[in-house]
Amino acid sequence: MRPRRGRTRFVWDAVGIALFLVIAFPVYWMIASAFKPDEELNGATPTWFSMHPTLSHFRDAINRPFFWDGVKNSLVVVSVTVALSMVLAFLAAIALAKFRFTGRKAFIILIIGIQMLPQAGLIIPLYVVLARYHQVNALSGVIVTYMTFVLPFSVWVLRGFLLGIPKDLEEAAMVDGSSRLGSFMRILLPLVAPGLVATSIFAFITTWNEYIFARVLLNDQSKQTATVWLSYFTGTSRNTDWGGLMAGSTLIAVPVIIFFLIVQRKIGFGLTAGAVRG
Amino acid sequence: MTSSEIPGGTAFAAEAALRPRRRRPFTFARLLRGAAPYLLIAPVVLTIAAILGYPLYHLARLSFQKYGLFELIAHHGTSVGWANYSSVLHDHVFWHVLLRTLVFTVANVALAMGIGTLLALLLTKVSSFVRVLLTAALVLAWAMPPVVAVQVWIWMTNPENGVLNYVLTKLHVGDYSQHDWLGSSFSQLSVTTSLMVWGAIPFIVVTVYAGLSQVPHELVEAAEIDGARAWRVFRDVTVPILKPIFLILTSLSIIWDFGVFTQPYLLIGQASINTSNELMGIYLFEEGYLKTDFGRGAAISILMLLIVAILSIVYVRKMVKTGDETA
Repeated sequence: MRPRRGRTRFVWDAVGIALFLVIAFPVYWMIASAFKPDEELNGATPTWFSMHPTLSHFRDAINRPFFWDGVKNSLVVVSVTVALSMVLAFLAAIALAKFRFTGRKAFIILIIGIQMLPQAGLIIPLYVVLARYHQVNALSGVIVTYMTFVLPFSVWVLRGFLLGIPKDLEEAAMVDGSSRLGSFMRILLPLVAPGLVATSIFAFITTWNEYIFARVLLNDQSKQTATVWLSYFTGTSRNTDWGGLMAGSTLIAVPVIIFFLIVQRKIGFGLTAGAVRG
Repeated sequence: MTSSEIPGGTAFAAEAALRPRRRRPFTFARLLRGAAPYLLIAPVVLTIAAILGYPLYHLARLSFQKYGLFELIAHHGTSVGWANYSSVLHDHVFWHVLLRTLVFTVANVALAMGIGTLLALLLTKVSSFVRVLLTAALVLAWAMPPVVAVQVWIWMTNPENGVLNYVLTKLHVGDYSQHDWLGSSFSQLSVTTSLMVWGAIPFIVVTVYAGLSQVPHELVEAAEIDGARAWRVFRDVTVPILKPIFLILTSLSIIWDFGVFTQPYLLIGQASINTSNELMGIYLFEEGYLKTDFGRGAAISILMLLIVAILSIVYVRKMVKTGDETA
């Protein structure tokens, strides 16, 4: 029995490694191509690993028009959206995790229902309404739009973190005679800090990755976000600057990948539903 | 942590001791306690109502109006009754797009769920080193921003020097040199599917794998001792336990894939989008936004929201049950 077990384990391992190569390949290929000199990129036979890596594509990418505008706009949109959303979502999460109240169920349906709305279906009403209040082609319009998507999942994930806090800690604060809300602020806030950080990072990723609303709501190239900048890279021309495109792609993906690796373990996966896939 | 360690805690304690203990303290305090949850959720509810509720109300109104660029500038449309809806429902393109999107969704969800489940099962069979490798690859795929993934796909599949054609030719799958993967509608949507499945399986694998660890070992062993084959064990022991997870994953995937926009739009490229390869999200974008016929676009949006609402009932009901617990 034993040798057979060992052999099947070997077969499964081989299959696993083959799949590892297939799944990781696109990410490897993006990064590897970003460092390859042009003659290796444009040759008929691809080089799997460049012996003469170059940084010139990265230089080209960041010197392309509107790269820094895109990065700056993305950072503004992301940081304002995340900061505002976290404060509001944290308050609502407390209500959801620690209180029973009439209308609670309706509130839950609201925040889950919103995550189900297909974003494409909301382009037109948001565009028309934001145009009326002169919020088209303004970062503020994009920020409020993103908040409606970041808020529901942040409430949901933070609620999960709050539920995980032992009740006696909370009661210890209540015995002190401080109000229920005061006890949250002094005792629970430090305890949920890791949860807040993790949720913020997920909100960061969703907002940084967003494409369709930025594309529709921001017209000027100088106002656009980094993902929209990248989407215009290929344009319609046949002879694309592949090295530059992959360098730009790498620059935009790397912060997300790093953040993702940090929080990946922290958040219960069931809770991230709707948060991670665009 | 004891109460004395909390800064200022003793002062609060002294104050509390001086206060006479009564069953019902202050009516004002009770009122505040009752209002607390509402005050806490108010900012979120108001934000959502203003930025989403109002536009949705507006969407319903728009769908009954003639509303183009002129009306956008003038700030009001002219009522046309059900004309937008009848125009959409009589447009055979709409029905083709709907059918295509449904087929696309079924194919995507079936592939992603099937491959994802097989990968999760594989994770339980491999050595821990390979498991770490595979998990790392999945996390990388998961973390890739969709817009970036599209660019990588375009680079890998380009006819001149894409790595895909090179590998397929080398492996003697056929002569794929100069093969244009974006040459036909079917091929365009297939490449889109490969990209979306690649992006979707990490979430499915991780969730199913977590679910598999919930399957009691004794049950599987008992079934094996009874002589059940691996497939029977999977079908009769594992699947029933994982059923709720499958249900949630499938409905989420259906909702996401039905409304997809970014990947097909960017991969196929706006210049190559036409009525033979449009999916619902893109059709809506083209008809409503690009043609600036917002009234008709609103009618399509409402129809799309209704279809997704029907598709998502199962998921929402399940999640509401989960959310209905407090500590």
